[in-house]
Amino acid sequence: MSHKEIDEISGVATTGHEWDGIRELDNPMPRWWLWTFYATIVWALVYTIAYPAWPLVSSATSGMLGWSSRADLRTELASAEAAKGDYVAAIEKASVEEILADDTLRQFAISAGSAAFKVNCVQCHGSGAAGSPGYPNLNDDEWLWGGSPEDIRTTIAHGIRFAGDEDTRISEMPAYGDILSREEIADVVKHVVALSGGGDLSGPGAEVFANNCAACHGEAGKGGAEFGAPDLTDAIWLYGSSPAEITAQVRQPRHGVMPAWQARLGETTVKELTVYVHSLGGGR
Amino acid sequence: MTNGSYIVGLGLFAFIALMGAGFAADQPFAQHMWVLFFVLVGATFALIRRAQFAPVQAPDPDAYMDGPIRYGAIATIFWGVIGLTVGVVVALQLAFPDLNIEPWFNFGRMRPLHTSAVIFAFGGNALIATSFYVVQRTSRARLFGGDLAWFVFWGYQLFIVMAATGYLLGITQSREYAEPEWYVDIWLTIVWVAYLLVFLGTILKRKEPHIYVANWFYLAFIVTIAMLHIVNNLAVPASFVGSHSYSLFAGVQDALTQWWYGHNAVGFFLTAGFLGMMYYFVPKQAERPVYSYRLSIIHFWALIFLYIWAGPHHLHYTALPDWAQTLGMVFSIMLWMPSWGGMINGLMTLSGAWDKIRTDPVIRMMVAAIAFYGMATFEGPMMSIKAVNSLSHYTDWTIGHVHSGALGWNGLITFAALYFMVPRLWGRARLYSERLVVWHFWLAMIGIVVYAAVMWVSGIMQGLMWREYDEQGFLVYSFAETVQAMFPYYLMRALGGALYLAGAIIMAYNLTMTILGHEREEEPIGGKSAAPRPAAVPAE
Repeated sequence: MSHKEIDEISGVATTGHEWDGIRELDNPMPRWWLWTFYATIVWALVYTIAYPAWPLVSSATSGMLGWSSRADLRTELASAEAAKGDYVAAIEKASVEEILADDTLRQFAISAGSAAFKVNCVQCHGSGAAGSPGYPNLNDDEWLWGGSPEDIRTTIAHGIRFAGDEDTRISEMPAYGDILSREEIADVVKHVVALSGGGDLSGPGAEVFANNCAACHGEAGKGGAEFGAPDLTDAIWLYGSSPAEITAQVRQPRHGVMPAWQARLGETTVKELTVYVHSLGGGR
Repeated sequence: MTNGSYIVGLGLFAFIALMGAGFAADQPFAQHMWVLFFVLVGATFALIRRAQFAPVQAPDPDAYMDGPIRYGAIATIFWGVIGLTVGVVVALQLAFPDLNIEPWFNFGRMRPLHTSAVIFAFGGNALIATSFYVVQRTSRARLFGGDLAWFVFWGYQLFIVMAATGYLLGITQSREYAEPEWYVDIWLTIVWVAYLLVFLGTILKRKEPHIYVANWFYLAFIVTIAMLHIVNNLAVPASFVGSHSYSLFAGVQDALTQWWYGHNAVGFFLTAGFLGMMYYFVPKQAERPVYSYRLSIIHFWALIFLYIWAGPHHLHYTALPDWAQTLGMVFSIMLWMPSWGGMINGLMTLSGAWDKIRTDPVIRMMVAAIAFYGMATFEGPMMSIKAVNSLSHYTDWTIGHVHSGALGWNGLITFAALYFMVPRLWGRARLYSERLVVWHFWLAMIGIVVYAAVMWVSGIMQGLMWREYDEQGFLVYSFAETVQAMFPYYLMRALGGALYLAGAIIMAYNLTMTILGHEREEEPIGGKSAAPRPAAVPAE
């Protein structure tokens, strides 16, 4: 059965084998294929001489070019540092106010702060810094803990209700579900809705508000940055504006936590972030 | 009584599964053992119902054993449709996160379900079925081992069910393409050794003097997968009645073992095994001899030798030492021509039969499959070059690359093999409809092109956005912004996948009708006037 025959169509001899009707032609390997294969092998040998490749007993050949990925990274980082020039050093020395006063430094700090914001802050505050329920919008005029450069810097550096920082900002609104009656809560919620919505402020809620809420939120409900107490008259709501959402917040308030960034990012980056956040709008 | 010992054995294992559920160390293991228990009890009753007390005629030792192949063909179609459907779902989950249904159907559990379903359930069943089909016919021998082939088929389905339900229950060892936990791994090892026995036994008792090239590839695939599976899954169970284990490797060695496995799952499962498929079904369908015997020898050994070293290219720019990264890269480059040897032999086998592309949609599918094989095996070495990889790695470009290979090469060559095998396995004169094959072909082609092109664009965009720094060295885009930019591409990729799935559903219908013995009345492709032409013109 192993007799070689000539394939009629191609005129090429077969190998003489046959399996289930399948025969094989005795064509040579295409030359271009073979030479390309050889070329890749030669290239591989050359490359492995030039670059770290062959494992030895306790190390490996380091390659004629002396290339290493660590050195590569060092060069890249160094060139990135060089690109930042003297700006970083200047920001390191300057206070936030001084940075804001110097236009070039301010522009640089905004770029740097924006980059740091993209890596560290967008997860909660959103990529446009517009926030989401429970996470403040940084573009508006409402500042829970103050909108001056120094206030913003303190908030970023030490965080809010962050257990790992002694200087963190702390405040806690009592859970009025345990203090006030249902009717009183319903009344005060109506009052709070009216504060922002422009309604009747003479209802029974006014008295409840004066006795319980005004200490932190102020007589007129304008809030107080020293306690992180929100302004209730500006129609900006962290946890929702519906009476049901406000009732929930009065009965059992939720309190947001923000990490302290100084220990993690360093003073310079915190300053840059401060300038960036201040520039977003509403900074005082 | 027939099946007596099998019934007792299955019942015993069902009881052990019940004990496992009762004594489970953790909740997921208990749930998983309940699944196993019900599957095994169901199987026991199915066997009892089929038991016969009349004397059974021994099968003809010279006849081919096609039962497990018929079941395997059906399983391939079934798991194919399931796996592709899950793929479309996960694609949509990326575009619309609300489709994540916690906890069982979130993306994290559905993704391994998709990858395992298409690679191991669809691809694995296709490989087992076609290898049994091919090895018998090219060895002129009945499958070795009697009912062992049935054990391989059903054992493998049990592995698939246990793997799939495990993922949905949250059981995983977090190794890419090797997510099942230790007890499912042990089961697969047993099934795989049985598979090797059946295949090797059949080759050993062959009546042909030589072993056909398709069988070299199948055998390389079976042996290497056994080695890869065992080494990669070496682990110490935290409890023998629990669903956790600790890998034997740690740190970068663990990562390298994982990608040595992962890359060669592609190399030996999705390349070598499917080349075996190509080497039988292409010359059969084209009715032409294989182009070059010498090329098949050289590219086989070169492929087998080089593939196994290329895994480190999955770990470029990581903690893996530079020297290992270099070797992974140069071996990948050297792999280019050995991979293309298969493409040349496949395409050139058609010389003298190119006219069939017009009239035979199955040939058309094979040609497209080989073309995609060639593209993917060029793209792979290119992406392994470190400079390219620094852009492509971790982006959707990789996903696009995998899918042009998986949908284009593995999918299409499997569909073509099914279209070839099914009429012959069930003794039908022809397929139910060749026109539906044309529909399948074009839906699949458009689906792949949309998918791959979209992933190239989005992957490169993603990589460029990640590394975009302004002139002062500051990052330009936040990660969330790059995700947002992907949205339209995620939508289009889901559309591409849906087109491909639609083609597969048409195939499922076409093949079901073929199996049931129907023939659709239709005009032959190329028109009625297309007279039977001479096979080709003799060479001058």
